Amino acid sequence: MSARGRALGVVAIVATLAALSAGCEREARRFKDPATPTQMSRDWLAAQRRGSAGGEAPAAPNPYARNAWAVSEGKRLFTQMNCTGCHASGGGDIGPALADAAWIYGGRSGDVFVSIVEGRPNGMPGYGGRLTVQQVWQLVSYVQSMSGQLRKDVRPGRSDNLYLGQSEQARRAQPSPRLEPARAPAPR
Amino acid sequence: MSVRARLRPARAGAGIALFLAGCAGPHHALDPAGPQARHIASLWWLLFWVALAVLLAVVIALLVAVLRGVATRAHSPREPGVVVTMTERGTVAAVTVAVGLTALIVLSLLTASALVGRTLAGLRSPDALSIEVVGHRWWWEIRYPGAAPSEQVTTANELHVPVGRPVKVRTISHDVIHSLWVPSLHGKRDLVPGHPGEIVLQADRPGVFNGQCAEYCGVEHALMRLLVIAEPADRFDAWLTAQRETPPPPTDPEARRGQEVFLAQQCALCHTIQGTPAGGRVGPDLTHVGSRQTIAAGVLPNAPEHLATWMLDPQSVKPGTLMPASAIMGDDMAALVIYLGSLR
Repeated sequence: MSARGRALGVVAIVATLAALSAGCEREARRFKDPATPTQMSRDWLAAQRRGSAGGEAPAAPNPYARNAWAVSEGKRLFTQMNCTGCHASGGGDIGPALADAAWIYGGRSGDVFVSIVEGRPNGMPGYGGRLTVQQVWQLVSYVQSMSGQLRKDVRPGRSDNLYLGQSEQARRAQPSPRLEPARAPAPR
Repeated sequence: MSVRARLRPARAGAGIALFLAGCAGPHHALDPAGPQARHIASLWWLLFWVALAVLLAVVIALLVAVLRGVATRAHSPREPGVVVTMTERGTVAAVTVAVGLTALIVLSLLTASALVGRTLAGLRSPDALSIEVVGHRWWWEIRYPGAAPSEQVTTANELHVPVGRPVKVRTISHDVIHSLWVPSLHGKRDLVPGHPGEIVLQADRPGVFNGQCAEYCGVEHALMRLLVIAEPADRFDAWLTAQRETPPPPTDPEARRGQEVFLAQQCALCHTIQGTPAGGRVGPDLTHVGSRQTIAAGVLPNAPEHLATWMLDPQSVKPGTLMPASAIMGDDMAALVIYLGSLR
């Protein structure tokens, strides 16, 4: 084999290994995401609220969108904080379904964040005083994973409890989730 | 002689010293502090000496065979290259004896092990103190049941036991399988969800012994530690009485501010402090947290600066812990640390 052929072979092997090691990313458990704020300022929340109302505020990026550990923690909190009491396991019950493409108050990260922290009319309580900012982001990530908005390898693939539905990982991503808030009903 | 070669004896000496140092202290099965651990240690030594004797016998037999083979060959000039072996009868006899001895030794060791297990199972006492240990990810909840609910004591990561009195520990888990192991007192006992177990411990001398989760239970398995504090009966009773008390409302203004911070922030959702509205049962009971020696399941000593570190950035202390980072800053944090330290 010529020297050039050997060099090409080495390059090919290195490239294959690099491509394969990209698959290990999910297993790299990042417990601390430097991008996650530990505090929420009133201004930031207000900006997100304006965004939800159809204003021009840019959607807040979800710091845990690629963090499988944080999403699974969100799944744990979803049960522990009794979100399942109203939303069931995503199919909806007293509260609206979260595993479909319809979002009453918007499905962008910032919208879901505000919904959890401040609550929404007609029953959704605000959890701002009960959860830390990281925990809210973990819940936001899990709620987004229910409708397949997050990458498939980041979505939870197993449950701690008996779970009759399809696992989040196995769900098909919703074709085009309507992330903007639904139009408010016209006043009578 | 190279430097490396000269260092070799020194390194071997250091290795032996390290090995011997491992044979004592608060975390060693061969330094037993109770009857259960003593039985296990005696079984260990029996196995060790028998195994050593077998090893020596095999090595000696091998050496004899090799040397005799060489000697025989040296004395057979008429048949060069032919190794003189035993007669067939001799071979059969040797193999029979060896197989018989092996079976005998294995059976006696099995019997010894079963007998020790039987003895351990029989070590019960009607006046045993009942304690419940609940394994959580990644800490230990310790409950001392009382005649009335108000007499029940709940603490965390510190198992106080009276010296010389058997303690019946009920082992419970609600999440994953953990295992309670205090090497100085007993073997391991798994904490299986939905299947409470029992283990009887007894400490014959006062002291602090280390415990450790011995069944892999998640990322922080290695940092799920436990202190067993064995005290004379009167001091144990005093401790239990103190733990039953509801701490009085803080009088110091800083501590009072700390209590307000505790109740206004997310702490109360997971932690309990008797005498306050905080009644969460997800995390450790903090009613008497100031009296404990460590925090975060034996990872950090219980000191103000460590308390603050633990609350502000728990992931840097125990990566993967379920304790969320708090956003309490400045004077609020200082007051909170003073309040928690005052809960004795």
